[in-house]
Amino acid sequence: MPAIVNPDDLHALEEALRWRERLGGRVTVLTMGPPQAEAALRRALSLGADRAVLLTDRAFAGADTYATTLVLARALRRLEREQGAPFDLVWCGRQALDGDTGQVGPGLAARLGVPLLAYVARVRRLDPAARRIEVERVLDRRREVLRARLPALVTVERTLNAVRYAALPDLLAALEQPIVAWGAAELGLAPDEVGLRGSPTRVVRSGAAPLRRRQTRLIPGAAADPRQAAAQLADLLLAAGVLDGGGEGGG
Amino acid sequence: MPELDHRDVWVYVEHRGDEVHPVSWELLGVARRLADELGEEAAAVVLGHGARHLAERAFACGADRAYLVDDPVLEPYRAGAHAQVLARLVERHRPGIVLLGATGVGRELAGLVATAVGTGLTADVTELAVDRGRRLLEATRPTFGGKQLATIVCERHRPQMATVRPGVFPAPEPEPGRQGTVIPAEAGVVDPDLVAEVLEVLPADGRVDLERARVVVAGGRGLGEAGNVALLRELAEVLGGVVAGSRPAVEAGWIPREAQVGQTGKVVRPRLYVAVGISGAVQHLVGMQDAEVVVAINRDPDAPIFQVADYGIVGDLRQVVPALTEELRLRLRSLASRGATGGEPVRTGSR
Repeated sequence: MPAIVNPDDLHALEEALRWRERLGGRVTVLTMGPPQAEAALRRALSLGADRAVLLTDRAFAGADTYATTLVLARALRRLEREQGAPFDLVWCGRQALDGDTGQVGPGLAARLGVPLLAYVARVRRLDPAARRIEVERVLDRRREVLRARLPALVTVERTLNAVRYAALPDLLAALEQPIVAWGAAELGLAPDEVGLRGSPTRVVRSGAAPLRRRQTRLIPGAAADPRQAAAQLADLLLAAGVLDGGGEGGG
Repeated sequence: MPELDHRDVWVYVEHRGDEVHPVSWELLGVARRLADELGEEAAAVVLGHGARHLAERAFACGADRAYLVDDPVLEPYRAGAHAQVLARLVERHRPGIVLLGATGVGRELAGLVATAVGTGLTADVTELAVDRGRRLLEATRPTFGGKQLATIVCERHRPQMATVRPGVFPAPEPEPGRQGTVIPAEAGVVDPDLVAEVLEVLPADGRVDLERARVVVAGGRGLGEAGNVALLRELAEVLGGVVAGSRPAVEAGWIPREAQVGQTGKVVRPRLYVAVGISGAVQHLVGMQDAEVVVAINRDPDAPIFQVADYGIVGDLRQVVPALTEELRLRLRSLASRGATGGEPVRTGSR
């Protein structure tokens, strides 16, 4: 059971660890990022992950979702070969490590050719023998119960669980554990397939978000007489015609 | 370099039965504009079973064509099935641009389809434009926690895909009777191993959608404690609105995450937005600045929220909010009773 962990959202890892505690198996964490991303992996190891893989290479810099999921998918395939067994589940946080587009989970599911279970708020059943998973997920304002075959990819909601804390000895032990580091060459990827060069999308401009300022009418005297100030504001709102039942169409 | 002869602007129509998510119409309005600028056509993609009549509504909202796949495999909505069918349509008909709402459905579907067809995706977009000379879609999205906007292009891959936030574009005024062409298409083989089955749909919780609310009462860090959310709730109730919050109020656990307004939350454009105890960080302002009327209640007269407010009260929210609730209740009640007796329109207090 590999997990893709990102530093501000460890709920996916937590769920993988809980199911490993019930069913056995192995939890591997992967992340793509600069060498400093090792810290996130150490934290995952201290919480109980069995193995950590750091996907790092200068050529990976500037990757969009498409180029990121290519690297993650290749790494998962290599892990499968080394372990001699396919993964059952890939657990992802909803948001990616290096941005907030939330598209890595679906993109990775498409690359791996496995069903996607997105926005999962509860895992009802996980049965590796029957090759099945059953979850509740939040889809916009409704909840759905979904069932899929394993292997599958799950993206989790933060409400799924409460993340555990590592004990000091585990934190110290995690510092000693080996972390595998793979670059483009180890994954059989050419430099123009990854990072900025392998990304279909490109940022052409960026700048501060513009703001729309308004003429503000300040209603004074609220400190001395809040009731009076509130009455004045209520009158103004009524006159502005923004209250339901009041003045639609300019009344 | 791949051939870039792809053309036309597609919108995935998100629906459940007859209920279409408003963002789909908003996007058809945008698609119409982009298609006109490019000299291309706007098309709706309707996937479902027995959903043909949605094509007519899409024409009224600006579509020239509707790709219609009518197949039981598409009902109820399952991401894996819709993704396979949409990817196949895209590969066969080669649109230049494909837009989806940045909803739960749109996000998962766009992520699956973009990767399956091997193209780029810009998520959570708030502005769309075209570079006519280069025939490129310029999609702008908030980034770095909302302090910045980044404009993103997809130069060498097609289609250019984007998910767009609900509520940032106005819905087009439907033109009844506007005609278009329905293009029926086959679903083709859907690989069941890639599809998560829907075993059960638990009912919606009946709350008003924040993005569709006419009145939003939002609280921020200045609430100070969870108990003060009740004051917002009472005010929202009198106004027929919903309660929301800024990021600090959400992080504090006072307001649920799905009710967060701002760059990392939702963008709202209600008729009335009441900001209570919200200082007005840029990340919040960009999520509410298109409200018709903005009211700010804050203890700090220098809070930036006052710069984007139409009306402001500097004061203690624990006193001002209950007083405002009471004053509004009185006025709305008398308004309702006069309305019932057919009295003259009310005009009060603007002097």
